[in-house]
Amino acid sequence: MGQKKLLTGNHAIAEAVKIAKPDVIAAYPITPQTPIVEKLAEMTENGELDAEFVRVESEYAALSVILGAISAGARGFTATSSQGLLYMYEVCWWVAGSRLPMVMAIATRAIGAPWNIHGDHNDIIVLRDTGWIIGMVENAQEAFDMTLQAFKVSEEVSLPFAVGLDGFQLTHTAEVVEIRDYELPKRKLLPHTIEPSSKFALNAVTSGIPKLKARHEQAKDLEKAKEIIKEVDKEFPVSYGGLVEEYKLEDADYIVVMMGGWCGDAKDAIDLLRKDGIQIGMLRLRFLRPFPTKEIEKLDGNILVVDRSNSDYRGVLGLEVSAIKNGIKNVITGFGGMELDTQDFVKIFKKFVNNEIKDVEWWYGSAER
Amino acid sequence: MVLLKGNASCQGCPHSIAFKALSYLENPIVLMPAGCSTVIAGLHPNSSLEIPCVHVPFPATPAVSYGLSTGLKKRGIKANVVAWMGDGSVDISYSLLTGSALRNDDIIVIVVDNEAYMNTGVQSSGTTFWKAKTTTSPKGKREERRDVALQMALHRVPYVATASIGYMRDFIKKVKKAGKVEGFRFIHVHCPCPPGWGFESSKTVEIARKAIQCRAWILWEYENKKFRISNISKKARGNGLKDYLLSQARLRHLSDEDIEEIRRRIEEEWKLLEHLEKL
Ligand SMILES: Cc1ncc(C[n+]2csc(CCOP(=O)(O)OP(=O)(O)O)c2C)c(N)n1
Ligand SMILES: [Mg+2]
Repeated sequence: MGQKKLLTGNHAIAEAVKIAKPDVIAAYPITPQTPIVEKLAEMTENGELDAEFVRVESEYAALSVILGAISAGARGFTATSSQGLLYMYEVCWWVAGSRLPMVMAIATRAIGAPWNIHGDHNDIIVLRDTGWIIGMVENAQEAFDMTLQAFKVSEEVSLPFAVGLDGFQLTHTAEVVEIRDYELPKRKLLPHTIEPSSKFALNAVTSGIPKLKARHEQAKDLEKAKEIIKEVDKEFPVSYGGLVEEYKLEDADYIVVMMGGWCGDAKDAIDLLRKDGIQIGMLRLRFLRPFPTKEIEKLDGNILVVDRSNSDYRGVLGLEVSAIKNGIKNVITGFGGMELDTQDFVKIFKKFVNNEIKDVEWWYGSAER
Repeated sequence: MVLLKGNASCQGCPHSIAFKALSYLENPIVLMPAGCSTVIAGLHPNSSLEIPCVHVPFPATPAVSYGLSTGLKKRGIKANVVAWMGDGSVDISYSLLTGSALRNDDIIVIVVDNEAYMNTGVQSSGTTFWKAKTTTSPKGKREERRDVALQMALHRVPYVATASIGYMRDFIKKVKKAGKVEGFRFIHVHCPCPPGWGFESSKTVEIARKAIQCRAWILWEYENKKFRISNISKKARGNGLKDYLLSQARLRHLSDEDIEEIRRRIEEEWKLLEHLEKL
């Protein structure tokens, strides 16, 4: 058993990064991610962590510095949120397309306009098409665990890994977190590592087929990441179930599909409904990419997807799940820091069980629209 | 030779001349944002460069260069990491460029300045010459031109110089010097572009030299916190401005008053540099 510490989600990530020993860290402040990089700056300044901490002028620069560092075979880390993620978006594609490993923490938050610095998932979902591995945790312990695993998985498949944790809900609330005894292997050198002796150009101009091939290889390796995520999860001091966590699913007639910090409250609601004899359970998505297609195919029951992000009139997870399953219900809520407690979930789930939820429903709770 | 024969550069391309200077650096790695140089560097899986080359997003070069330089240092590997930027790349990377200078990042920035976005078809950039016609300034540019080398020197970095592909010995000397220094080094190279400016492709070097002689481009160095106008520019008498301007299609529309105004601006720049040299 490792040492136990009282840590916020942000500091849990910083502690995991310290164990991973990145060579280069570059990041730019943005609420609610800032305490991660402040902590890492402190660790590097006081010698706890032997990394180069680069004070950059923007998120675009932050990810660009890491892109350079990981091309040189170094281990890299950054963290951001919302506007910052959008600001570095071009480089996100380049990191994934360059087939280089790294880890980025994303403290998920609403995107303007209008201004809102509180939690939802509309930022992290923009990574869906880039080729990044995208995880979403439920609590500070999982934030710690997934960050450590992220370095391993990312370096196995040469794809970058984003660890999402809900802004404020997880980033700024403290929990007891076990610091795992876990050692990462040294980063292995890829054939396209850049050194003065390298005899090639990285990312030169392509046209047509070579581009299709590059993107195809990337997609195949993202698929391959599914097995690696499961293996790394299995050999870890605790296992979460791989791409998904199944909660009271075995006999469930009603299944809610969700991801992130609010799953804890939703599980409490499930426990309450179970006491009333309602057979309800949850499939918690731990990963948005690679998407747990098989795990969703297997589901046998009525499905409700609860989303904290939207595209068009639907929720983003709703869209993803409906590509696999017909007849699902989709609730969209919790934007901009809107809090849902156990009772809210009890209400939503009861309506779902009573078949009173519309196919797509924007949920305001008891608040006025 | 850094740039191999049979590459895709246009006839008389100034960038292809500038590449030669890189062979005077030890352990060079070149980073390249989008621009004509990207095309010259060749199609995957081939490369027309004999040194390792990393293509990067258009606005990212200084930061990726610094990341690479730091990553290699962490692995105990020595390299001269060169951010090879166009003038357009300077425009879009400006905040990263000054950030890099402020941190005194250990990289060499070489700006190959052909005074427009040539790769996308001759659009106006920050360094486009006063009143020059481009496809986005069809009646002539109205804005100021950006003196990026001077701006970089004001970050008090170890080494800044201007150079010209018309005077390769001077350029190479400056590249060699930069290669021996640690920290942020910046060389701004004047690169007259035949199709972009509208002159014969056999005249690239001739036009580049005319620019120096009439002081439309001034060679100087900033080293140990001291400015010094380079000998070639000191010897230049400031003659032949009208001839320089009218030998390019982009400036052939200039009236005598336009030319006088440009002369005044050039004199102001010259005086400023003389003043800086005296400090
Ligand atoms: C973010 C972004 N915006 C625009 C472009 C399109 N673009 C590619 S090259 C270029 C201009 C390059 O000009 P410059 O840096 O002066 O290099 P040159 O081709 O003149 O050598 C532009 C605008 C791009 N690649 N990325
Ligand atoms: Mg240009």
